[in-house]
Amino acid sequence: MSGSNPYGSAPTHHMLSVLVQNRPGVLARVASLFARRGYNIFSLAVAPTEQAEYSRITIVVDVDSAPLEQIVKQLFKLIDVVRISELDPRKSVERELMVATIKASASERGEIVELVNIFEGRILSVGADAVIVSLDGSPEKLDDFTELLRQYGITESQRTGRVALPKLDTATKASKALNTQGKAN
Amino acid sequence: MTSKQTKAGKLGEQITGAEALIRGLEMENVDVMFGLPGGCILPAYDPLLKSSIRHILVRHEQGAGHMAEGYAHVTGRPGVAMVTSGPAATNMVTPLCDAFMDSIPMVAITGQVSTSAIGTDAFQECDTVGITRSITKHNELVMSAEDLPMAIRQAFHIATTGRPGPVLIDVPKDVLQNTMSWNWPTDDEVADSLPGYKPNTKGHTRMIKEAAQLILRSERPVLYVGGGVLRARAADALRALAELTQIPVVTTLMARGAFPDDHPLCLGMPGMHGTATAVTAMQKSDLLIALGARFDDRVTGKVNGFAPDAKIIHVDIDPAEQGKVRKPDVPIVGDCRLVIEEMVKAIQELLQGGTPQADLNPWRSRVSGWREQFPLTYEQSEPGGALKPQFCLEKLRDAAPEGTILVSGVGQHQMWSSQYWRFNEPYTWVNSGGLGTMGFSVPAAIGAKVGRPDKTVWAIDGDGCFQMTAQELVTASIEKIPVKIGILNNSYLGMVRQWQEMFYDERYSEVALSPDTPNFVKWAEAMGCVGIRVDDPSEVEAAIDKANSINDRPVVVDFRVDAREIVYPMIAPGTTNDAIMLPPSQSPRKEFLK
Repeated sequence: MSGSNPYGSAPTHHMLSVLVQNRPGVLARVASLFARRGYNIFSLAVAPTEQAEYSRITIVVDVDSAPLEQIVKQLFKLIDVVRISELDPRKSVERELMVATIKASASERGEIVELVNIFEGRILSVGADAVIVSLDGSPEKLDDFTELLRQYGITESQRTGRVALPKLDTATKASKALNTQGKAN
Repeated sequence: MTSKQTKAGKLGEQITGAEALIRGLEMENVDVMFGLPGGCILPAYDPLLKSSIRHILVRHEQGAGHMAEGYAHVTGRPGVAMVTSGPAATNMVTPLCDAFMDSIPMVAITGQVSTSAIGTDAFQECDTVGITRSITKHNELVMSAEDLPMAIRQAFHIATTGRPGPVLIDVPKDVLQNTMSWNWPTDDEVADSLPGYKPNTKGHTRMIKEAAQLILRSERPVLYVGGGVLRARAADALRALAELTQIPVVTTLMARGAFPDDHPLCLGMPGMHGTATAVTAMQKSDLLIALGARFDDRVTGKVNGFAPDAKIIHVDIDPAEQGKVRKPDVPIVGDCRLVIEEMVKAIQELLQGGTPQADLNPWRSRVSGWREQFPLTYEQSEPGGALKPQFCLEKLRDAAPEGTILVSGVGQHQMWSSQYWRFNEPYTWVNSGGLGTMGFSVPAAIGAKVGRPDKTVWAIDGDGCFQMTAQELVTASIEKIPVKIGILNNSYLGMVRQWQEMFYDERYSEVALSPDTPNFVKWAEAMGCVGIRVDDPSEVEAAIDKANSINDRPVVVDFRVDAREIVYPMIAPGTTNDAIMLPPSQSPRKEFLK
């Protein structure tokens, strides 16, 4: 992670949407493949899809460590991996959720609430000297929000890693379905 | 399967998971398995009593795994090993990794603690699927007896199709004990259960044509043949391709025997201890046709200096091998046999259509010049001098019955075996290539002999290797598996000694083994084998003849060989293949390798 914008899209970051059979151990298989081959996972989000037998893993990979093509080919060797698409961030809808505990004295609380409202976030919990806020949105919006909150003091924060789907009008271009040879079909 | 009755029993019949497991193995035509029972796998050993499957009781679980590998190497059928949970499963780790590295079809069945005890650190519990995840092609913890037939079908399907490899099925004790309704999934059901597994066997037609054109255009081509050619049963197709194009062939350590060593086009083994001709032909080549080979570091040497002028045609069933080490100009994903056959057709069509093949005569005469100048060689011992390991191998080779299978361990003796034997038939060479597993040969030879009882099986072992797994000769004696073991005994970890001599200024650290302990002859005899000791070159032939004449029990020949002997040629690690080190008698001629 680097600089003030750890979640921004670095040029070496690529987003893979990996459809897997929803079976025990499948996340461990994917994670251990990355560890074993020395590939870097930047962020990872996983959940079942609309079809219960499949899960979708959205992985942001840092391909400084290996060519994307080799990563895709190795992923395809996992028996549980069904489909892999590379998502173009400019043509995809990306969302991420963050929750954060912010130091907030009584006098600062109003400012923070205003900020949360501007960003269309939520206050989840209020304490004597802190609030917990949540925000969902594009990773960039979360970055901006985090920057503005920093002045009050962020005690703890957690982000989910991004999930994404191709935009509807450009679906064919935004998502490159990759074949087992790591190439666009 | 459409009938209500499988050959092993009625569909819907209520049986235990253990019975389903054994039935499933019978349905997969398993005729022999290697294993050792224990707590969690115990229920599976009861139905085995009335099964048609021969079970070979090993003395250590690692032996079961290597036996399954040896069996698979020589038969092409998946080797099966069955052991219990915990330490038995961890003892299976080395053979699984070995089979994974060398693409050996294998199915391992491990017992596991009961489902209710999983995760509690129960007695003999370990996370077998976790431990073996990265060294198997696939593994599965089966949580219900009902799921066993599908798990077995998937395991055999995955192990034997695409790039072959080991698959592990982990079965908790209660799953074996519970009752289930016998079922046997159809091929379609198996395919539907694996939506992400569709190995591509047929090569891309356009790429094959492109390869054919490149082959005809190239002036210094080499067929770089790897173990994938053997896995794909492609030796005949390869021979047709080589003879049609008259392109010289190198066979890697994993591919020895895929092309006959006595064929005029065969240049032998490439790599760290390959022949000078094979190594140099690749270095000077303008086209490498890699067939089921993976550009292993032991073949390429320093990668960025490997075959610098060569274009690459890379045929492999595993897309991930293409571009992993060297970017191919023409990648072809597919089964080696199918692709080579199509390649032959495409070349024939081009030739018939009037496309000429480049004149290979200058290349061939250059290659034969190297072959004349740089044969494999070693210094014969003076009369009364020490026994040379290469001499023992030559005598073993010359006395071996037709079709003898040679198995080796890992180290100097392995390299000499590969160099000095004549492999003229596929599936007559069994060794641990990728993982380099010392101790492989004794159990692998036993598995090979079980798979091919009609053939003579010789294992060439080092004294270091032998001491790792020799106890399996007890298994061989009791089970009447008459393998022959030749120990090239130099009382050293010879290859390590060689590296210390060459790269650590002869500072020998922890490589000396005791010359007289153990007494290998007595040890062999204690295990029910015939033991023979050979100290002098004059005794070699008689000892080999005696060993070859014994077919009712295993034989161990302890060849006391010269510890100073070095494997040549050698390419030092980290250097390019141009820096090949020749045997001292040839090094003055090195400039001929230009």
